[in-house]
Amino acid sequence: MDNVALKKTANELRKDIIIETYNAKSGHPGGSLSAADILTYLYFEEMNVDPQKAKDPNRDRFVLSKGHAAPGLYAVLSLKGYIPSKDLKTLRHIDSYLQGHPDMKHTAGVDMSTGSLGQGISAAVGMALSAKVQKKDFRVYAMLGDGELQEGQVWEASMFAGSHGLDNLTVVVDNNNLQIDGSVKEICSPYPIDEKFKAFNFHVINIDAHDFDQIRAAFKEARETKGKPTAIIAKSVKGKGVSFMENAVGWHGKAPNEEQYKQAMAELEKNGEALA
Amino acid sequence: MPKAMRDVFGETLCELKENPKIVVLDADLGSATRALKFKDVCPERFLDIGIAEQNMVGIAAGLSTCDMIPIATTFSVFITGRAFDQVRNTVAHGNLNVKLVGTHNGVCVGYDGATHEAVEDIALMRSVPNMVVLVPADAKETEMAIKAAIAYKGPVYLRISRIAVPDIHGDDYKFCIGKGEVLRDGTDVAIISTGIMTSRAIEAAEILLKDGVHASVVNICSIKPIDRKLIVEVAKRTKRIVTVEEHTIIGGLGSAVSEILSVEWPVPIRFVGINDEFGTSGAPEVLLEKYKLTAKDIIRAVKSF
Ligand SMILES: Cc1ncc(C[n+]2csc(CCOP(=O)(O)OP(=O)(O)O)c2C)c(N)n1
Ligand SMILES: [Mg+2]
Repeated sequence: MDNVALKKTANELRKDIIIETYNAKSGHPGGSLSAADILTYLYFEEMNVDPQKAKDPNRDRFVLSKGHAAPGLYAVLSLKGYIPSKDLKTLRHIDSYLQGHPDMKHTAGVDMSTGSLGQGISAAVGMALSAKVQKKDFRVYAMLGDGELQEGQVWEASMFAGSHGLDNLTVVVDNNNLQIDGSVKEICSPYPIDEKFKAFNFHVINIDAHDFDQIRAAFKEARETKGKPTAIIAKSVKGKGVSFMENAVGWHGKAPNEEQYKQAMAELEKNGEALA
Repeated sequence: MPKAMRDVFGETLCELKENPKIVVLDADLGSATRALKFKDVCPERFLDIGIAEQNMVGIAAGLSTCDMIPIATTFSVFITGRAFDQVRNTVAHGNLNVKLVGTHNGVCVGYDGATHEAVEDIALMRSVPNMVVLVPADAKETEMAIKAAIAYKGPVYLRISRIAVPDIHGDDYKFCIGKGEVLRDGTDVAIISTGIMTSRAIEAAEILLKDGVHASVVNICSIKPIDRKLIVEVAKRTKRIVTVEEHTIIGGLGSAVSEILSVEWPVPIRFVGINDEFGTSGAPEVLLEKYKLTAKDIIRAVKSF
């Protein structure tokens, strides 16, 4: 996919995030929107995955360690063909398989159940380790929130991955600088994030999370890096693509009402037309 | 309109600010737990630890040894589950004066789904030596349980619901750790319940009365220590017990009651609770039906004897 096609796909993904959370009347749009471009790149360019062979043992794996961004994950799984798009409207509804947080037992394409922050990265390390032990060449990707970095387990997992040189593991930090109570910097600063991962023996790349040239180059570099895991620190805008949600802490875990839904969809429609 | 119990928690915290020893800890869920209310009135004794529950419990332990009364707050699943070892080995083993508060528990967490719905927290906390476990049944009892927990010296786990339930207690209600409460007297069966299920137990008893069944209703807020004497007394009087909790039937109130009665006064018991499964996403009221936690289900259990 060229950059324009990627941008169009990411724009569709953002619409789906709005549709999902609007219909659920709850959920997490902010951190789903900030992750939308990277999720698009992972599923449409980077990862070796095929919805027709969803259980292929040699497929690449993705762990959404920031599990609350489930609307973003479900949207990309739907666009990729794992989930019928009509089901997106059932997010968080009773008896829907689209749970508030990703559930691998019920949702095709979900490689790990998540929702309790800080735990997904360890599972990703386990997957990467299994490829090494079994001499397989699949790759493993994990996406973390920047607030999530406050969990000690993240650093236990990172120390292990760095110490064991797991070069088939790429960790992406969605660095939108916000958590629930405010800015990560003020609450318990994880900065400098890049220096921390470097100290844990990661190869570190800083990028703009919404620039497909930089995203492409970073994943290529990660693939070519041998002997070390890679951490991509992706500077992002929480709520990206919907003007009133951008950089607004209040949109972490709140659904748009009807009026806000219409405005958000109109903005994304317009953005899509501009790309055509 | 009754108040949501978590709102009562936030308001009671604000009242407690007059006690200079009190310090409130939050793990990035203060808006949901209502702990942020305390920040508004007393920012100097509000600590936002960040998304680090294990660290929060450890910090609380340290604070408690330096003459402070820390109240560590987050969802029940994180304070009792994520930080279990810190609770067990640092707080409880040292018998430290730390208050652990979980405001989202059972299936009433709702839309967030299984990962956020603690259905085993009472079992976990009850199993740890030194730990006091309190599960209030309405707004007033929430306020009184918080105040009792602060007055008590030692570790306490408070399970406070996210939702509102009908008021059971009047303004003059006195709560005492270790004491249960008879809300309704009947000799055919005793319904022993805790937390948000107590108002449903009363509802069930009222319906049963129309069918000529006289049920006692006993509210147990203090799950540990538990009122052994009262439980044995009602078992003697009614000869049949139904326990009711928004929690797995493994290790919760039902187990606590059975542990006492099987030794002191064996009677048949039925358990209304979550049947060894995880929760799911949905509206709280719908989930209470799905997991068979309504007055109807209590009545069915009573009629199964
Ligand atoms: C262990 C744990 N503690 C608390 C929460 C509640 N929670 C959900 S999202 C969130 C904030 C996450 O912030 P961040 O990682 O920066 O995510 P993003 O900004 O990308 O949405 C919190 C505290 C949780 N899901 N898991
Ligand atoms: Mg963030």
